[in-house]
Amino acid sequence: MTQQMTTVRTCPECEDEVQIRDSARLNEIVECAGCRSELEIVALSPVVLVLAPEVEEDWGE
Amino acid sequence: MIRVAVIGAAGYIGGELLRLLITHPKVEVVGAVSSRFPGKRVDGVHPNLRSFTDLLFCAPEDLEECDVVFLATPHRAAMTQIDHWNDRAKLVIDLTGDFRLDDTEVYEQYYGTEHAAPHLLDDFVPGIPELYRDDLRGADLISVPGCMAVAGVLALYPLVERDLVDSSAQFDARTGSSGSGATAGEGNLHAERSGAMRVFAPTGHRHEAEISRHLGIPAAMTATGVEAVRGVQTICHAELQPGVDTSEVRRAFREQYRDEPFVRLVAQQRGTFRYPEPKILVGSNFCDVGYAVDEEAGRLSTIAALDNLMKGGAGNAIQCLNVRMGWPESLGLSFPGLHPV
Ligand SMILES: NC(=O)c1ccc[n+]([C@@H]2O[C@H](COP(=O)([O-])OP(=O)(O)OC[C@H]3O[C@@H](n4cnc5c(N)ncnc54)[C@H](OP(=O)(O)O)[C@@H]3O)[C@@H](O)[C@H]2O)c1
Ligand SMILES: [Zn+2]
Repeated sequence: MTQQMTTVRTCPECEDEVQIRDSARLNEIVECAGCRSELEIVALSPVVLVLAPEVEEDWGE
Repeated sequence: MIRVAVIGAAGYIGGELLRLLITHPKVEVVGAVSSRFPGKRVDGVHPNLRSFTDLLFCAPEDLEECDVVFLATPHRAAMTQIDHWNDRAKLVIDLTGDFRLDDTEVYEQYYGTEHAAPHLLDDFVPGIPELYRDDLRGADLISVPGCMAVAGVLALYPLVERDLVDSSAQFDARTGSSGSGATAGEGNLHAERSGAMRVFAPTGHRHEAEISRHLGIPAAMTATGVEAVRGVQTICHAELQPGVDTSEVRRAFREQYRDEPFVRLVAQQRGTFRYPEPKILVGSNFCDVGYAVDEEAGRLSTIAALDNLMKGGAGNAIQCLNVRMGWPESLGLSFPGLHPV
């Protein structure tokens, strides 16, 4: 098996390490394994991650 | 193979111990003690064990010599019978409430009775590998804590240990019906229990005293029975020390539990199971822990979930046995839980 080349970034939400494949594209959404935030790649060189907008949930109305 | 026996083997904890011990690769079950069913097949009472064992229950007086005895009797029975079992086995693992507290006065306050073997209280090592692993390695007497207590302790320990919270905390615990045992009375009829959210201990629950003991801070606990057979969820509320923020809380949990085989950090931004949920832990030995911080208010909520019969009882006891024997800690405990369930 050939290993994918990756860059390591820090999750803006939980500070866990997030692996970004070198083949990743601009605006691609990646998931943080630590907090499961969806992160958008907003720049490529160097890679910049921001939190993708999320849908609110409320059961207690 | 080490030879083990379960006392109180016809109960829910007894049955769960047998399930784990019969399939454990380094253990031979030589006795399943029950005073009601001597001579009867174990799989008659615990039907999930059909085809796994031909074991028969035996009367207490007929138990053979063995290496390890697990006590899964009602509380009081363990402290009155402890000398007898101690003579028959090198290692006693008690799952009752009898040896969970190390102070006779606190014991009397919470259990409403005098302790029958106070001289042994200090000899029992608490069965929480996450806090007492080194002591467990050399223990001959182990006392496994209560299910809601384990959840409460693991939910707050990393923060207390690092002095990140104020000196007291509230614990709101919910439990499924198997927590009441197999011989529970009228209040546990399906007609009464189904759909109920029964606050059965708004104050003074016995597990409150255990949480205080292990965390070393005053704890106030409420206990509510909810619509589930297995499962405990404990939510802890505490004030943060001034200036403590989310990342410090997160770091505390990460550092504390990074290498723990059965504690998982669950504090997710997305998905249906963002926070610890007992439903998916049924049959597994995990305790999932999570947190949420209100930085503005300086307040913290932490959440822990587990299966009361597993990490809250029998599974934790097997984990302690593995630690004590120097075996891999997850031996016989690798079931990941079910989804959907
Ligand atoms: N259920 C839980 O979630 C849970 C979790 C952690 C710890 N625990 C603790 O584990 C222990 C067992 O709980 P459980 O829920 O399994 O209760 P259970 O289902 O009521 O079982 C208790 C068993 O003990 C035996 N027994 C009754 N009186 C006895 C006596 N005087 N001497 C010896 N054995 C006696 C009974 O069988 P025979 O009458 O046939 O002998 C019975 O099957 C309790 O101390 C409980 O606090 C329970
Ligand atoms: Zn993250």
